[in-house]
Amino acid sequence: MFYMFSGIILICSLLTITTRRILRAAVYLLCVLLATAGLYFMLNYQFMAAVQLTLYAGGIVVLIIFSILLTHHITHRFKHPNLAKLLMGIGAAAIGSGLVIATILSHPFQAGTAPELKVNMTEIGNQLLSTGKNGYVLPFELISILLLAAMIAAIVIAKKDKNKNSEI
Amino acid sequence: MIQGIPLEHFLIVSTIMFFIGVCGFIIRRNLITMLMAIELILNSVNINFVVFNRYLYPDQLQGQFFSLFIVGIAAAEASVAIALIINIYRKMQNIEVENVNELKF
Repeated sequence: MFYMFSGIILICSLLTITTRRILRAAVYLLCVLLATAGLYFMLNYQFMAAVQLTLYAGGIVVLIIFSILLTHHITHRFKHPNLAKLLMGIGAAAIGSGLVIATILSHPFQAGTAPELKVNMTEIGNQLLSTGKNGYVLPFELISILLLAAMIAAIVIAKKDKNKNSEI
Repeated sequence: MIQGIPLEHFLIVSTIMFFIGVCGFIIRRNLITMLMAIELILNSVNINFVVFNRYLYPDQLQGQFFSLFIVGIAAAEASVAIALIINIYRKMQNIEVENVNELKF
């Protein structure tokens, strides 16, 4: 099961950056995100998988597809990238992933021996809003302010200028 | 061990995915495709957080919360970036990075 999911993730993420049609790239990205949600289900984190499905696969991909349809012709194809840039990108990726994989394989990870916490919604809600030990109320508040700011910023940026002539 | 799969296999998958994202960010010259590469990178980091939480600290929820916050930040970032992209397209009829080289109109 794990190898199926990771095969989908690797193949589709490779296709996302190599395909020449932008709409297909968005669909491959959707496949990657769905397979990631499958991995979370496999790890027994249902809440995280649900968030991944609704926010990433449901929200962000739809937003990206909308913006593609607003800014591209449907038959538009990319030019091939020039060779130097291609070689540079592949070289950087190969060197980086080689280094990181070598480090991962040489580090002895100590598996946790503590008893497994039963992850249910009550536990998540309590920890997210508590101020004591294992409480995450500060990042929770920060991210709510960040989301509000991002929402206002997106509206302000994308809004059409009504009195453009009077300003200039 | 969850279903006999060692931790390293998850980490290798997410590492390869991260560097595929980096490679796509370098070779693509279109703003939306670069945004998709960033989503790939953030997603691979999420996998790392969740897997470390599951294998090394199964009695706590830190990794899960941090990946939750990363998802929220990714959503905010995508919405602002797409607003910018649509605004740029409205002004220049084009979203290739090479052609977007003016700041003042």
